[in-house]
Amino acid sequence: MSTATPVRTSTMAQALNAALRDAMREDRSVHVLGEDVGALGGVFRITDGLTAEFGRDRCLDTPLAEAGILGTAIGMAMYGLRPVVEMQFDAFAYPAMEQLVSHVAKMRNRTAGKLPLPITIRIPYGGGIGGVEHHSDSSEAYYAQTPGLHVVTPATVGDAYGLLRASIASDDPVVFLEPKRLYWGKDSLDPAAPVEPIGRAVLRRTGSSAVLITYGPSLPVCLEAAEAAKAEGWDLAVLDLRTLVPFDDETVCRVVRSLGRAVVVHEASGFGGTGAEIAARVTERCFHHLAAPVLRVTGFDIPYPPPMLEHHHLPGVDRILDAVARLQWED
Amino acid sequence: MTVLDHRHHTSVPGWRPGATAPRTDPAPLLPDASPVRVLGTPALEKYDPALLRELYRRLVVGRRYNQQATVLTKQGRLAVYPASTGQEACQVAAAMVLGAGDWLFPSYRDTLAVVSRGVDPLEALTLLRGNAHTGYDPRATRTAPLCTPLATQAPHAVGLAHAARLSAEPVVALAMLGDGGTSEGDFHEALNFAAVLQAPVVFLVQNNGYAISVPLTQQSAAPSLAHKAVGYGMPGRLVDGNDAPAVHAVLGEAVERARCGGGPTLVEALTYRLEAHTNADDATRYREDEEVAAWREHDPVLLMERHLRGAGLLDDLLVRQASEEAEALAARMRAEFHSDAELDPMSLFAHVYAEPTPQLREQAAQLAAELAAELAAEAEVQH
Repeated sequence: MSTATPVRTSTMAQALNAALRDAMREDRSVHVLGEDVGALGGVFRITDGLTAEFGRDRCLDTPLAEAGILGTAIGMAMYGLRPVVEMQFDAFAYPAMEQLVSHVAKMRNRTAGKLPLPITIRIPYGGGIGGVEHHSDSSEAYYAQTPGLHVVTPATVGDAYGLLRASIASDDPVVFLEPKRLYWGKDSLDPAAPVEPIGRAVLRRTGSSAVLITYGPSLPVCLEAAEAAKAEGWDLAVLDLRTLVPFDDETVCRVVRSLGRAVVVHEASGFGGTGAEIAARVTERCFHHLAAPVLRVTGFDIPYPPPMLEHHHLPGVDRILDAVARLQWED
Repeated sequence: MTVLDHRHHTSVPGWRPGATAPRTDPAPLLPDASPVRVLGTPALEKYDPALLRELYRRLVVGRRYNQQATVLTKQGRLAVYPASTGQEACQVAAAMVLGAGDWLFPSYRDTLAVVSRGVDPLEALTLLRGNAHTGYDPRATRTAPLCTPLATQAPHAVGLAHAARLSAEPVVALAMLGDGGTSEGDFHEALNFAAVLQAPVVFLVQNNGYAISVPLTQQSAAPSLAHKAVGYGMPGRLVDGNDAPAVHAVLGEAVERARCGGGPTLVEALTYRLEAHTNADDATRYREDEEVAAWREHDPVLLMERHLRGAGLLDDLLVRQASEEAEALAARMRAEFHSDAELDPMSLFAHVYAEPTPQLREQAAQLAAELAAELAAEAEVQH
């Protein structure tokens, strides 16, 4: 990857920007389009400088219409381009739902493989940034429930770069969910590191008592909870899923079988959420290894609350530790 | 000075509504005052007789195709068929104005346009037969899959045309829509994107008067659907959709304008669906017999035959040749659809992703085991 940016300290936002830039440098078919992605560089500056370097045709400010943006990207992909679409916020992506569900997810299938759509749809998601309503949704379950889409969500600076590169390179459509409250977190970034494939979970912390299974914005919360759990005598592992579809049953089940206790943690509402799917899958596959039911710690089943109240909604360290305490340790 | 005190402002910024001149003079964008017609006008003499005969031939074959497909639904051989009977002039003209490198984006009622474009007539019916979603190769035929969700293929046409323009290839995309589809948000977004990007795309709205049962008066209050073009900054054209040479001419102009960098055009073709919405519909519930009878007098196939014969451009031999070709196609459709297609259940998992996920491999194994068990049970019974 000769064009790649050298190793440096980077925010997640800068890592995503570097991934877009490197992908566009290496492959002329990669085009970025969305609202305010040009001169402004996106409201989160993820596309900063791309129009200046590649021109407005390669990083295109579109009219303000999400179905039109994604529908146009579909046609561009049909012609052989590799579009990367930016949706400005999670809840602003909903007008594009029909294009996503009826066309992006199905085009390969309904044309017997003749028209694959290598489109990456970047969506800043989740809360915790003090946003007013419609700026903090966790919409991953909608996408994960739609066959034909990959659903990827990085939680670290390195994964933000590597998984975005992998998503753009994928010949399948990828919904790339960016945990917006982690945009400004810093870490070392080595763009030359091998790109992680889509679909592999990773153990962020080893432990001997139980595992917290999580992804995206909840990873730092889980790591904090694991640290705090030491005082209670629990040695918690933390598993970062990184990809919701395809789901890494193999890694998840290996860890759960070895520990026998698991809690799934995510911001999105619990009912019908990805946590329910994960708990069911783990129970179906690891029942005889489980010492306790798989528990879920999630957002409440309410519309996303106003910013002054969101901390009551978001899973925090205490709520996670309460769940860990209910893992039937007395047995 | 308070914020609300404007007395000291000698000038106001130019962006305020009405403060700037229109960016585009709307007058040239306005649609034709009355629908463009060629048949029965002196304009017919200017047309190449070979083109007119080819239009006639395609209309006759297309009408028979529509009739035979409708019959096949009654025999249970097609799951459903939204006939374009009565709209054949739009269907064949749309196909004929496109070059081999251009792209067609049809809706579910546009199977005949797909066939007229050169796709195998039986492959074009695969979706409606129910054995696969698309029976032809969209890339090889430059024909997008038949699109069921209304107007959602319109932005695809824009994106493809935009990509082609970026690569400096003289490709035009033509999207086919209905009057009902113009109410959809995707129609609006597609036209707006097309105009802003100056994409080489043509939108053909076949206004057949009804969106299933709802008449146009309850669909739109616009002076005409073609007038909608003006609001986007592209020309609108209004044409008699049952006058095949007129549709061919108007679409042809729009396609060439797009190809030469002139941007998009919206064409409204006034036509009528002589059959019900589909074989499952009952059109007598929402429209009068007198209305249908009036449109039967303005049938695109009859109009063409009458006027070409009147101009001495069509004789009994050509009529018979077209009829024989049409019957041969109908016979082929009956023969092919008489037998059930061989379908492989395992193909369900073949094209969900480039590579099946581990979960899909598990589910495929499950289905394979079920199929094997069925076979074993059948063998047991026979034994």
